[in-house]
Amino acid sequence: MINKTVKNAQEAVADIPSNSMLMMGGFGLSGIPENCIAALLERDINGLTIVSNNAGVDDFGIGLLLKKHMVKKMISSYVGENAEFERQLLSGELEVDLIPQGTLAERVRAGGAGIPAFYTPAGVGTEVAIGKETRVFEGKTYLLEQWLRADFSIVKAWKGDTAGNLIFKGTARNFNPIMATAGKVCIAEVEELVPAGELDPNQVHTPGIYVQRIFQGKDYEKRIEQRTISQ
Amino acid sequence: MLTKEQIAQRIAKEVKNGQYINLGIGIPTLVANYIPSDLDVVLQSENGLLGIGPFPTEDKVDPDLINAGKQTITLAKGSALFNSAESFAMIRGGHVHLTILGAMEVSENGDIANWKIPGKMVKGMGGAMDLVASADNIIVAMQHCSKNGESKLLPNCDLPITGIRCVKKIVTDLAVLEISTEGGFILLERAPGVSVEEIKSKTAGKLIIAGDIPEMKF
Repeated sequence: MINKTVKNAQEAVADIPSNSMLMMGGFGLSGIPENCIAALLERDINGLTIVSNNAGVDDFGIGLLLKKHMVKKMISSYVGENAEFERQLLSGELEVDLIPQGTLAERVRAGGAGIPAFYTPAGVGTEVAIGKETRVFEGKTYLLEQWLRADFSIVKAWKGDTAGNLIFKGTARNFNPIMATAGKVCIAEVEELVPAGELDPNQVHTPGIYVQRIFQGKDYEKRIEQRTISQ
Repeated sequence: MLTKEQIAQRIAKEVKNGQYINLGIGIPTLVANYIPSDLDVVLQSENGLLGIGPFPTEDKVDPDLINAGKQTITLAKGSALFNSAESFAMIRGGHVHLTILGAMEVSENGDIANWKIPGKMVKGMGGAMDLVASADNIIVAMQHCSKNGESKLLPNCDLPITGIRCVKKIVTDLAVLEISTEGGFILLERAPGVSVEEIKSKTAGKLIIAGDIPEMKF
């Protein structure tokens, strides 16, 4: 087995240059690569383009990278809940591409699967369709959308092994497995790292072929945005 | 006039046994509270879950289990988890039977606008465009008029649209309406104590009234 282990988050993100294109897993604050975001904050880089469904909140997640002016462009489906984001967007410091969530997911999946473009019904007749090729199949109109690929994809899993195999937990899976496939280099941080051979192959969600670097993260905060309780 | 809870309660009557259902944020989320317990239905959460359970008790809160509104949830019996591409594959592929969502405007040909107000901060469409482009059965839950009293049922949407010719039914605080295949809002039911005249005066798009319009029953 090829050993993909790196020492820690600092080592995992040490060679990410300015102006690179990153993908980051997560839905809201669930399943985000907390350790790698903290390590990126210590780096003196900027001009990043980040593909992520959301943009964090003011003081956590990708919001921290925005606050430090490290991000040039976000490619997302929903970016509410972030005042600093709004300020940078309105002042023109930050560019944003808003994409329907299913189209975003499929563009990432296509990127990892070597499919340069596909047709989807989402966004037909809306602003999203402006400038895009359309085609009618069996009487219904579809939009041509292109793949997304990144220089680095940064994902968070529950368990992983030294060969890079990953298992996710709950709805923290979300965009992580598909983004793992679409980066030239995939960095995976996991809550528990075990030697190759200790994960049940039947349970692996992401095969290690997609993962280049893996490490066991620490001090996960796993912040909750909407704590909702049954009485 | 119906409260938000009553709108949700009326929509719950549209739910059929065996359906897979996607509920949007706001009033649609409340529909789950009124689905009769003798119906077997499965709620889909677009962030990767089939089988949303009730909100957790304090000791069962898990940050790795949230719904599309980022609220903490639990897993229902027989639930399944998956990634975001798979989630939207089941949505676009027509496997979800019923989609219930909120709207800012609906047009008489079934266009819906619910993601953007020009000049205000744009937060994004999330999964709404994928949902409305693919679902066969879309029910909108909304107030009949905006806060300043303007009709939200229009000949054409003024706001940037989310999807075209997709809404089938609308439940507002005043009425239940169906979109006619030829265009127009067919008035099916009125809220208790609300007159057909009032609904007429508050519907800017073409309203189709055939015969006596019954009051909603709960």
